[in-house]
Amino acid sequence: MRWNVLRSSPKTTIERAIGAIALVLAALGPLVFNQYWAHQILIETFLFGIAAASLIFLSAYGGMVSLAQTALFGIAGVILGNLATRGGPGGTSKGLHLGWDPTVALVVAIAMTTAIGLMFGAIAARSIGIYFLMITLTYSVITTYFLGQVTLVSGFSGIGGINRYTPSWIGDLTGHPNRLYYVSLVAAVFTYVLIRYVVRTPFGITLQGVRDEPVRMSSLGYNVPLHRTLAFGFAAFLASLSGVLYVWWSGQIAPGNVDLPETISLLVIAVIGGLARIEGAWLGAFAFIIIQNYVRGFTFPFLGFGGTLFGGSFNTVIGIIFLLIVLISPDGLMGIWDRALAARSRVGRAGPSAEAPARTGG
Amino acid sequence: MTGFRLPRLNRRQVPLLVVGAAVVFALAYVLLIAQKPPATGGGNWRTTTFGSAVDDPGSFLRIFLDSITFAGALFIVASGFALIFGLMRVVNMAHGAFYLLGGYIAYEIQQAMTGQGFAIPTSQVNTWEWVVPLLVAAPCIAFVGFVTQQGLLRWNQGQELRQALITIAISVIVADQIIAHFPRATSTVAQKFGGNAVSLSWPGWTDRFVNLHVAGVHYSLARLVMLGLGIAVGLALWLWLYRTKTGMVIRAGVDDQKMTSALGINIQRTFAIAFVLGSALAAFGAVVWASQANIAAGQDGQWLLNSLVVVIVGGMGSIFGAAAGAILYAFVLNFSATYLPTAGADCCTQYSIVVTFALIALVLAFRPQGLFGRPG
Repeated sequence: MRWNVLRSSPKTTIERAIGAIALVLAALGPLVFNQYWAHQILIETFLFGIAAASLIFLSAYGGMVSLAQTALFGIAGVILGNLATRGGPGGTSKGLHLGWDPTVALVVAIAMTTAIGLMFGAIAARSIGIYFLMITLTYSVITTYFLGQVTLVSGFSGIGGINRYTPSWIGDLTGHPNRLYYVSLVAAVFTYVLIRYVVRTPFGITLQGVRDEPVRMSSLGYNVPLHRTLAFGFAAFLASLSGVLYVWWSGQIAPGNVDLPETISLLVIAVIGGLARIEGAWLGAFAFIIIQNYVRGFTFPFLGFGGTLFGGSFNTVIGIIFLLIVLISPDGLMGIWDRALAARSRVGRAGPSAEAPARTGG
Repeated sequence: MTGFRLPRLNRRQVPLLVVGAAVVFALAYVLLIAQKPPATGGGNWRTTTFGSAVDDPGSFLRIFLDSITFAGALFIVASGFALIFGLMRVVNMAHGAFYLLGGYIAYEIQQAMTGQGFAIPTSQVNTWEWVVPLLVAAPCIAFVGFVTQQGLLRWNQGQELRQALITIAISVIVADQIIAHFPRATSTVAQKFGGNAVSLSWPGWTDRFVNLHVAGVHYSLARLVMLGLGIAVGLALWLWLYRTKTGMVIRAGVDDQKMTSALGINIQRTFAIAFVLGSALAAFGAVVWASQANIAAGQDGQWLLNSLVVVIVGGMGSIFGAAAGAILYAFVLNFSATYLPTAGADCCTQYSIVVTFALIALVLAFRPQGLFGRPG
């Protein structure tokens, strides 16, 4: 492990400062922001940021762009919904209603999702690049159809009312959204720190070796598919955290939450933020959710037909922004930030930049 | 020594044997074991929708034909995807959106030609009114594909992931614009826009059942026409790829892009041709399948999945792979939908998607490059 705290460049100093400000702002969140911002936009940013971070982890350190993270996110939510909810009068209508203790259900949901992730990873581990993308996309679509068609565990309407069954050590989330806010914030920070830790462990270093030189690593005696599988399992674990937070936040999970548009949305989040750096996950989530919340009201001539009820503007705008990001800066906003800083330091005026992109969380 | 000795198995053969046994069991189940549900309800693990092939050959034949005819439509769509992928290494994630757009354009043309309302009765459609929508929709989508390839994909050739992301962005935009603008020319406001489900109609002469003289089965002529179209597309592609100069260049490009262009061949022109043709095949497939079933917003994902599964199973970038993948996928899909045990399941649960997943997992476990793909 390298302690580069002692010799940090001006760039890392700026980033640390921005990160610290973002963290302080986030910690004061419910006091600083109004309710809509704190309980809708920021919670959503934190939890989708975790899912996006799992995607970026695989891409940045494993060289695998996975479209299965949304599916794993949904799988965790569905398992939790099946295990924790109770049926009967006042209960939820769908699912198995096993009525387990929510803490046990939480642990089992995360463990099962990680196991499913390991299985997914093992199947896809020998394929790389574009093949990996295609295979994980089929995971995602198949999960959607599985949830839709297997009415025993979900069905098209999905499971509702999950947020009423939370562990006692977290307490009632529907009545106290600030609790959920801090749970999500802690989970986001935990995710960030955990990823930063894992990539510096021998496993993380080997994974980066596998990313760059799979053949060479293989001849050095490393088990390449095993490392890819384990990385995928780790990412599934992170995605499951996000899925659990999501069902606590929205209360429900349905095939519609993991379908192709949602899968693409998560990819858009990760790409807007930047596929090369973990911080991009929350930056991308923040940007995406702001667009989602504030562009919905607008209509653009020739792009929509006035209403936003049936498609129309929002997805087109997201699609165009996505296209522009991919065309202009394939490593997203974080890439723009890196290049802007590099350009400034070349000019020799390195210093805090006024137009620094806002960062939230982690 | 006279006793029979079991051959020693090495580690690699064990999973192969397990898979072999599973496949043999599935075949035996469909052919011999399956039983119709008893009239009293209930049943056991042998209970399925239909009886086994031996007891109930009519149903078996019908499902067999359903599978093979669906494979025809599947092949038309997926071969376009495979063509683009095989030559250019571009995973055209917008293939499903192109499919959908092609289907809606054809629907608008057919509706305008027949002067019918929202639903177009087959009896009101003649051959011409089916062929013209096809001949309009396919070039339209070919043009969209051409613009995509020339404008957005040509200059970043070789950056596979970036190109996949670009086509995803296009699919998002196209799919959303379809919802905003189609179907256009419908009679009531409620049916207008929003990507409502619409269906094209086959020409009137296909709307009858052919007596096959086997087990008393009468089978839809339209579905047989669909199979015929699939075979025709396959044959045309084969002739084009293996018997013409352009096809030769394309196959050379698949094998070694740099060498092909070093020989003085304009590989960019070949790329454009492949992308245009691949996109047009998406529209062709859409017209065919929308005539049999329907098209609606959201099906872009389904057809992208279909194309992906066919290409992953069959092997990347091979026409035979696409055919084999389409047939295998169609059979797995149709047979698992009807022959999985139904006892104990509730009304609406369909486990066939799990079998599809198992198919992909198995193929990838043994041949990561697909059945007909070449490693590398």
